[in-house]
Amino acid sequence: MKLKLNVWRQSNNSDKGGFVSYNVEADEHMSFLEMMDVLNEKLISEKKDPVAFEHDCREGICGTCNMVINGRPHGPQKGTTVCQLHMRQFKDGDTIAIEPWRVDAFPIIKDLVVDRSSLDHIIQAGGYISVNTGQAPDGNAIPIDKEEASAAFDAATCIGCGACAAACPNGSAMLFTSAKVAHLGKLPQGKVEHKKRVQKMVAQMDKEGFGFCSNVGACEVECPKEISTENIAMLNRSYLGSMMSTND
Amino acid sequence: MSLNSNVPNGPLAEKWTNYKSKMNLVAPNNKRRLEVIVVGTGLAGASAAATLGELGYNVKAFTFHDSPRRAHSIAAQGGINAAKNYQNDGDSIWRLFYDTIKGGDYRSRESNVHRLAEVSADIIDQCVAQGVPFAREYGGLLHNRSFGGVQVSRTFYARGQTGQQLLIGAYQALSRQISNGNVEMYNRHEMLDVVKIDGKARGIVTRNLLNGKIESHAAHCVILATGGYGNVFYLSTNAMGSNVTAAWRAVKRGALMANPCYTQIHPTCIPVSGEYQSKLTLMSESLRNDGRVWVPKTIADAEAIQRGEKTGLDIAEEDRDYYLERRYPAFGNLVPRDVASRAAKVACDEGKGVSKTGLAVFLDFASAIQRYGKSAAISQGISDPDAGTITKLGEKVVEEKYGNLFEMYEKITGENPYKNPMKIYPAVHYTMGGLWVDYNLQTNIPGLFALGEANFSDHGANRLGASALMQGLADGYFVIPYTLGTFLSNEIRTPKFTTDAPEFKAAESKVKENVLRLANSQGNQSVESFHRRLGKIMWEYCGMSRNAEGLKKGRQMIRELREEFYRDVYVPGSDTEYNPELEKAGRVADFLEMGEVMMLDALNRNESCGGHFREEYQSTEGEAQRNDADYTYVAAWEWDDNEPILHKEELNFENVELKTRSYK
Repeated sequence: MKLKLNVWRQSNNSDKGGFVSYNVEADEHMSFLEMMDVLNEKLISEKKDPVAFEHDCREGICGTCNMVINGRPHGPQKGTTVCQLHMRQFKDGDTIAIEPWRVDAFPIIKDLVVDRSSLDHIIQAGGYISVNTGQAPDGNAIPIDKEEASAAFDAATCIGCGACAAACPNGSAMLFTSAKVAHLGKLPQGKVEHKKRVQKMVAQMDKEGFGFCSNVGACEVECPKEISTENIAMLNRSYLGSMMSTND
Repeated sequence: MSLNSNVPNGPLAEKWTNYKSKMNLVAPNNKRRLEVIVVGTGLAGASAAATLGELGYNVKAFTFHDSPRRAHSIAAQGGINAAKNYQNDGDSIWRLFYDTIKGGDYRSRESNVHRLAEVSADIIDQCVAQGVPFAREYGGLLHNRSFGGVQVSRTFYARGQTGQQLLIGAYQALSRQISNGNVEMYNRHEMLDVVKIDGKARGIVTRNLLNGKIESHAAHCVILATGGYGNVFYLSTNAMGSNVTAAWRAVKRGALMANPCYTQIHPTCIPVSGEYQSKLTLMSESLRNDGRVWVPKTIADAEAIQRGEKTGLDIAEEDRDYYLERRYPAFGNLVPRDVASRAAKVACDEGKGVSKTGLAVFLDFASAIQRYGKSAAISQGISDPDAGTITKLGEKVVEEKYGNLFEMYEKITGENPYKNPMKIYPAVHYTMGGLWVDYNLQTNIPGLFALGEANFSDHGANRLGASALMQGLADGYFVIPYTLGTFLSNEIRTPKFTTDAPEFKAAESKVKENVLRLANSQGNQSVESFHRRLGKIMWEYCGMSRNAEGLKKGRQMIRELREEFYRDVYVPGSDTEYNPELEKAGRVADFLEMGEVMMLDALNRNESCGGHFREEYQSTEGEAQRNDADYTYVAAWEWDDNEPILHKEELNFENVELKTRSYK
């Protein structure tokens, strides 16, 4: 299949950047990133600068790859990261626009590569359970309801890619933050610190420059792990509750 | 050089307990004065950095990724073993120890493996406390499943994403220490050299991948937890960025690379579909709990499938060869990985492969779907269910167990695995070899430690499923926090090192020189093309089966390729900017040396054991033949540009009798 790609090129954060068009020949069994590899091999053979993009596991789990394809974070296929998107989703002759995540809290490094350290900072603010190595009781000491454990798991599948913020017109990281709050807050081990955690993580999210949530719901639609906005509702309830509660 | 494993005396089951209670400790006030560098933030590195931070050491952690959470441990699917015996099926520390020794084909160190089995149960407790959402029963207790090479259910899992959940647990523990100020985190920094002062590892040189700046970092000791070298094969289940560079640069400074020829070829991966392929995707071993592996009995049927005239569904039950069940009735589809992979190769070599390329076998869930469907119908009180109902109910059960894997298979291949049997083929997955370490996980360079897949210590010649996660976390959470004290307790009066020392300056300028040499390479071929060619040489001559002639040829070909690489590689961009091609060039340069040592090691080992299968050494039935009299040793290689030097550590088996491994 013959494709025309309009790729965002930007040499660094202070560069203005713009779209550059390339023609590339692909095979329907290729993954999207393998198609990008073909483009880069072609550019290198012409001694031109290859397109910088991030990727690693190519199995949809590490959360490294990030491209906005035809206006949609991770492209058109539901519940799929760019690396798992295959060219059979496109047609011969298609024109495809490829851009980086565009979020204030994710500064552009080069071309399609952005800095997502802000997500790490949110976790560092409280996205953990305070238990030192060696302090744990027996794994079966606290039975956990299967459904509850499963709900915590659904939230814990977040891969930290940042598509939620890229999809959000406000550039909000509420889905990311709430997924962690829900993962830990639904488990008995995580309940102890729940209120403090919510406050600290929300404060950090604001500090990093993410926007506010106005219940658009695009984050859930574009999330490659299909994480539910119900987590945001839980976060909001917990946040409000923690502000009104008297103990610290 | 004599290799002292520093294994403590005493009975096997008491070694670790006694050693721990008597080893020298570092007091809290002294811990505050000591600095530790941890390179790599996967399961081993993140758990080590977090735990050492909790203990009060000053830790600096490094990753070449943009975040510690991206490490490739995240992609582990199936599970983590622990001798909890929650299932009351006869499991014990001894049995986990014995299974691991046997699974490793008697080529690992008894004492290290026993310690691993001992701490396995603590890992599960720790992870549960951190909030890892393991699978549970309806009663709320932890659930287990079975993996290859064992006859008990001791594998804990979190759907098909166990590695992700465990890594997030370790990442969160690490994040907590970063926020407490106990760990200083350096993202997007690649380690390019180890710095030794008076023979001891005292720091590293890194390249900041955002701006190319070469920086030195000093500490009292250095821990490498930088993973395996499977990407030397180009196509593997490893992440694109996984590399041997940190470990290899340590080798260039005198560390020994042990058993490099022990590589694990995983039997259940999605087959290669074309020349453009950049990586291979694993289908978890857990699928072999329910999937049955087969090929057609006749070559005629196989060829019809290869030509696209028939599919698996057209082959009648009596015309199928469930070759694992036939050859290994005791373990059936759950034989260890090396055995299953070789059997698949034998079937395909006979011409019975089931894809266009002839390099695939079926993994079929039809009978599991029927079995689960019938049992679901009974439990739902449906009497006399029709075939359609049974299939529907059965598919639902299979979806609950393996849904995400089936979905991934369909995304990649475009085929529905509920309706058609999956096609699978072996692929490079894990490397048992790694930096040589003693009982303390210390390399032959004092102060330089290696954890997780980066060391060679626990899996012998073949790793059992669900044991990589166990080893990574055992090393990081429960071993290094103790054994590091054996080195650091003698360093409490050593003042902090500064990077002004001439050793740092010398290392920095050497690193700069190497980086510039690559950055200024203006040849005609891409880095990727060299990597691809190296991978083909490795797979052809040092892959699933090897022979002396091929290994000699392969070694020569690698040397020639290396020479061509430095003569004709093209690296775009400069060394002072974000430049992924330059990063890759450095890693491929290291693989071009590592590959040669693997060939040498495979050539030296005149026996077949575990993942190392030498065609000259097999039984008439095609089973691997070990040579215990001559090769019961660890082969540890010292790098030399002309002729790497072999050092041996004899393996002493005091508790286990060496037997021919049988899964029949």
